[in-house]
Amino acid sequence: MRRAELTAHAIALGLLVLAPWWLSPYDLSLLGRFLAMSILALGLTIVWGWSGLLSLGQGVFFGLGAYALAMNLKLAALAPGDLPDFMVWSGFSRLPWWWAPFRHPVVALAAVVLVPAAVAAAFGWLVFHRRVRGVYFALLTQALALAFSTFLVSQQAYTGGFSGLTNFGPLFGVQLADQKGQTALYGVTLVLLTASYALATWLSKSHFGRLLVAIRDGENRVRFLGYNAAPYKVAAFTLAAAFAGLAGALYVAQVGVISPDMVGVVPSIEMLIWVAVGGRESLAGAVLGCLLVNFGKDWVSSAMPSLWLFVMGGLFVLVVTVLPRGIGQLVSVRVPRRRPAEVAPAAQELAGQ
Amino acid sequence: MNQPLLQIEHLTVRFDAFTAIDDLSLTVPARSVRVLIGPNGAGKSTLLDAIIGRVRPAAGRIVFKGRDLTHLPEHRIVRAGICRKFQAPGLLDSLTVHDNLVVAEARSRRWPALLRTQPTAAQAGRIDGILATVGLTAERHRPAGRLAHGQKQWLEIGMVVASGAELLLLDEPAAGMSLGEREQTADLLQRLADRHSLLVIDHDMAFVERLGAPVSVLHAGRLLKEGSLQDVRQDPQVRAVYLGRVDECEYDYA
Amino acid sequence: MSVNTITLDRVSAGYGLGRVVSDVSFTIAAGEAATILGRNGVGKTTLLRTLVGLHPAAGGRVLFDEEDVTRHRAFDRARRGIGYVPQGRGIFQHLTVAQNLELGLTACAGRPGPRRRGIPDHIFDVFPVLDRLRHRKAGLLSGGEAQQLSIGRALVTEPTILILDEPTEGIQPSVVQQIQAALVDIRREWHVAVLLVEQYLDFAWSVADRFYVLRGGRIAGQGRTSEQRPETVAHLLNV
Repeated sequence: MRRAELTAHAIALGLLVLAPWWLSPYDLSLLGRFLAMSILALGLTIVWGWSGLLSLGQGVFFGLGAYALAMNLKLAALAPGDLPDFMVWSGFSRLPWWWAPFRHPVVALAAVVLVPAAVAAAFGWLVFHRRVRGVYFALLTQALALAFSTFLVSQQAYTGGFSGLTNFGPLFGVQLADQKGQTALYGVTLVLLTASYALATWLSKSHFGRLLVAIRDGENRVRFLGYNAAPYKVAAFTLAAAFAGLAGALYVAQVGVISPDMVGVVPSIEMLIWVAVGGRESLAGAVLGCLLVNFGKDWVSSAMPSLWLFVMGGLFVLVVTVLPRGIGQLVSVRVPRRRPAEVAPAAQELAGQ
Repeated sequence: MNQPLLQIEHLTVRFDAFTAIDDLSLTVPARSVRVLIGPNGAGKSTLLDAIIGRVRPAAGRIVFKGRDLTHLPEHRIVRAGICRKFQAPGLLDSLTVHDNLVVAEARSRRWPALLRTQPTAAQAGRIDGILATVGLTAERHRPAGRLAHGQKQWLEIGMVVASGAELLLLDEPAAGMSLGEREQTADLLQRLADRHSLLVIDHDMAFVERLGAPVSVLHAGRLLKEGSLQDVRQDPQVRAVYLGRVDECEYDYA
Repeated sequence: MSVNTITLDRVSAGYGLGRVVSDVSFTIAAGEAATILGRNGVGKTTLLRTLVGLHPAAGGRVLFDEEDVTRHRAFDRARRGIGYVPQGRGIFQHLTVAQNLELGLTACAGRPGPRRRGIPDHIFDVFPVLDRLRHRKAGLLSGGEAQQLSIGRALVTEPTILILDEPTEGIQPSVVQQIQAALVDIRREWHVAVLLVEQYLDFAWSVADRFYVLRGGRIAGQGRTSEQRPETVAHLLNV
């Protein structure tokens, strides 16, 4: 990285590390959860910005990670023989077999990353080996998001249905809801975000990262240079899913609840908007976009809750028409843009009207 | 070694009702240049597409170094040692010239290369050499999409060479180049023939003459004639379908 | 109204902050034919694209007759009677040959004169292979057939000025001769002006009256083809 970029990153990191001291507790709690979501945004940069795969279903992987941890935390609040309330209402006498392992925090934590990754790998394998691309791929991911949220709502006995999972117990003996727990979580989130950012940065400079961009720009050419393109796309999609799962777990730990309306079709689109506003080919842009849009959403929703949907729609239109590369074009850590020669004339055309 | 590098046996390629290649047989020896000429639509590019696995033949075999490649997926054919340069430049537009070559370089295909951020010293040396050979050293950091048309051809030839293939399929390698550059390209291809076999499609007779290689004439998906350029030029059928008024050295000046 | 004279007045163009074309001026009028020569990467295609409006001019003016069209968009300029044959063909892969040609007719819509109904027959006189391939999907054509389609489509609009970027690329010798004859004919019979970017000097000399050599984005030489042989300018095309 160039020196100016390094300095900017150091300053940003410094501000974030010191946040518990200079932000109000309310804003800090917001920052914590938005930093968690930024990890998902980094994954979107990899799969959408660099690889050109428009995934309308990142909410699914976010949800899988969140529910995995939530299941553990829910069970942690109960005595050994007891069942969660929604299971009791449904007349269950025993915990379903696939819930049982989540009693163990280590299993749950492993599942946070492994389950979304496994689902993404399987889905990706089926789709990319058949060379499904572009719009069709996007539609399939959206179908996945819809199916997942429908499953969660309809299988109330197993998933808590519409209300989701809440009323959590401690994790490794720490009550997450109180001050100590929240501060610890903030620290953990920041560390994991920094680690994810470093990993993604390294990938962007590696041959693997270069190949992702190459496949985006000319999949046929890459095949005719001797590469099988499908495994690379599966890898990108799986990595993004792992990031999303991690984000989901950190989110649910801080917020204390997870429900289907946070993981379906609309939240998945919102996740794309974070990254589009910030600049989808830039890691710093992804994080910036996520923080900007989410703080903006909080501000708008506090003032007038029903206004947010319009603002989101407006942002979407704005980004597509005027800011195709987002605000992140001003910030660093990016991978070469697609067809630079066509961007300048388009902008000139608009300006010349 | 007497075994020819490439043997095409009774190849037939169809697109719906249209027969693009019709029972074609052709042989390319190792370390040689062979030029394919023929009218537009004769099946020349389709033949290269069939060899590289972009289209599947309806009948016939493609045998490379004794191995039947006919039904393999593209990337396996490339790994067996064949690489194609397309008629319309197929580059990775947002990557730089240098990075295009890194992606193409044979050793980049092996999985340990995935984690590296820089090419190895050996690769870097080879890439610098190729950049010098194709005259793009000054452009190494330019995004490939920004090159002029002829420069893109140079880069793509460089990428094909970098892939380490033994058989290079070059579709109009001198398109978009000025006279001097065309001569340089012809000389480059002759040098490449020391270590590779080349199958070249082109329409520029001066370029073909400079290559000094045997010529195969395709017409309507079939082999019309094979021989030296001198022989082929005299053939009345070749003149009728392809060359036109060849006996005149200068066009009418309007 | 169809344009009769195109003038470039000190036009510059580039990408981002770089300049690819600098300070280029020339004029071409109905019935004239000029060719632009130059090495790879010297700016010939950028110059043409700036002229037709597909690329913004960074400096100077583009004039159609006396009107300054520098800020006019490409489709406005196209309606004035320019036929443009881009490098790389630019045909529509999923449409048939006939449909590609018919699309050219819509460009005539804004112009005065009798409404043209179908594809003019003279297109098929110039390129008989297109008649045979009328219903073939353009994506299935060979490179040379596609090039002929691209030129044919520009001719369908019955332009007053035909602009061609390396039209002979990928075309077999006998068809190159046909194109050369066609260009000579349409100049003579319909008074169409021709502006040609070309690498094959013999072909350029056979079609054009005047030549301009571009070097480093500027005009480094010019003259009349009747007065100078191609060999005398060849040195300007090499480094």
